[in-house]
Amino acid sequence: MAIEFKHVSYVYAPNTPLAVKSLDDVSFKLEEGHFIALIGHTGSGKSTLMQHFDALLKPTQGEITIGDLKITPETTNKGLKPLRHKVSLVFQFPESQLFEETVIKDIAFGPQNFGLSPQEAEQKAYKWLEKVGLPKEVAKQSPFDLSGGQMRRVAIAGVMACEPDVLCLDEPAAGLDPSGQKQMLQLFTDYQKQGHTVILITHNMDDVAQYADDVLVMEKGKLIKHETPRLLFKDRRWLRQHHLDEPTTGLFAQRLSGNGFQFDRVPLTLNELVMQIKANLEDHQ
Amino acid sequence: MSKILIGRYLPGDSVVYKMDPRGKLIATFLFIAIIFLANNWQTYLIASLFSLVAVLATKLKLKVFWDGVKPLIWLILATSVLQLFFTSGGKVYWQWGVFVISSFGLVNAGFIFLRFVMVILISTVLTLTTMPLEIADGMEALLKPLKFIKVPVGEIALVMSIALRFVPTLMDETIKIMNAQRARGVDFNEGGLLNRAKAFIPLLIPLFINSLTTALDLATAMESRGYRGSDNRTRYRVLRWSRYDLVNLGYFVLLTLLLIIFRAA
Repeated sequence: MAIEFKHVSYVYAPNTPLAVKSLDDVSFKLEEGHFIALIGHTGSGKSTLMQHFDALLKPTQGEITIGDLKITPETTNKGLKPLRHKVSLVFQFPESQLFEETVIKDIAFGPQNFGLSPQEAEQKAYKWLEKVGLPKEVAKQSPFDLSGGQMRRVAIAGVMACEPDVLCLDEPAAGLDPSGQKQMLQLFTDYQKQGHTVILITHNMDDVAQYADDVLVMEKGKLIKHETPRLLFKDRRWLRQHHLDEPTTGLFAQRLSGNGFQFDRVPLTLNELVMQIKANLEDHQ
Repeated sequence: MSKILIGRYLPGDSVVYKMDPRGKLIATFLFIAIIFLANNWQTYLIASLFSLVAVLATKLKLKVFWDGVKPLIWLILATSVLQLFFTSGGKVYWQWGVFVISSFGLVNAGFIFLRFVMVILISTVLTLTTMPLEIADGMEALLKPLKFIKVPVGEIALVMSIALRFVPTLMDETIKIMNAQRARGVDFNEGGLLNRAKAFIPLLIPLFINSLTTALDLATAMESRGYRGSDNRTRYRVLRWSRYDLVNLGYFVLLTLLLIIFRAA
């Protein structure tokens, strides 16, 4: 499902002294099946933007097209269920949305709301319990008896079990241990490779460099860049101007290039970095 | 959710904002008491003018105050209508069984209506211009005399401050969980009464559990920093009287005097 924003603005608490413009004339188009990273500093409007994908917030101005559905300021809350079936959101710290008696019931909750029978939903739930790396034994436990990391996985499974065309995640790996983070990211890329669109809000530039096809950069409610990671990380001065970090691989290459090494492009993954260093060493010989 | 005005503070910058919460609390309670002194059209006129000036002094948009009255308008109207139908005396205009519309009834209904609106306006002035935490501080200061009869004023004030402090947090949390469950296909606005009630379970359970977790965390954090209730704590926000507070109290004392002078014997 292609997603297009046309001059979208959003104002929090309009017509009050507390009014804040948190999205300001944002326009972009996202390709189907891409892995999209959404980056920017705290308060730049990333989370607000994300809630527009699911029409949880409606634009104050402008128009959003998601698949064949149009969302305008006049859109009401009725009849949005099909959209929410196609587009799913994982909020920050999603473990706070758990409520069922057992883990498996909680994961099956979403699929059941979207029209699956209890049996089908439970099958789906078991499938996703396994996919997020939880043992079958926890299925019948209360989600509140699990550790924080396990609760996070249950919550993510609960959203992914709806199997949306577009999956949006707001810093899903924050607070997980490094191996857990890696596992989660792998899960999302696998999901994308199966033909779904994944939109990831993150502060981790290594993840952006490694996984993203497309990067949206937000600043103070404005979309200031929409680019591939390759081009984004090439412009180091621009990154510094906007106080954005570079991926570790890029920094590593930068250090080396002061010492006789030459890099024709910013290495985005560890593999690329290794290949380029290898090429450099061979040249020296 | 954000439409609830009671207890909502709006940032602003007028003399009312500069007044001490203790003074504002005293003035508000005083007003609620002395409004019962008014019993004829002169006194109601004076009281209405004084409330109007207080409202204007905040320099906030009048619509904000209308928003404060709106949720209670049916209650006010119902009370006024009851007064209208069940007060007898004076000239009778209309009668049907026990229902009477008399001149006394009309006047009384009008007075009740005005009294309600004025009380709401004045308390809205207080809550709009005073941060909830300031109100809690003010309450604590005013309750201090009760310490002599062993009332744990410090603890009561702490409980109040914490409760007030967490109202916005809970609101945000509620909205967040509602959105998260909406994204999982919950419809809070569709279906029959039973379905709607059921839809609130996925909202209420996480909300309770999160509140308990937050409360436990807060208690642990306070204990690990050695918090003890009443032991002569110094405070971060110190309350200070200023000339604005003399103006404030003087204004309401003047109103009291005028009401006593002009009320019908």
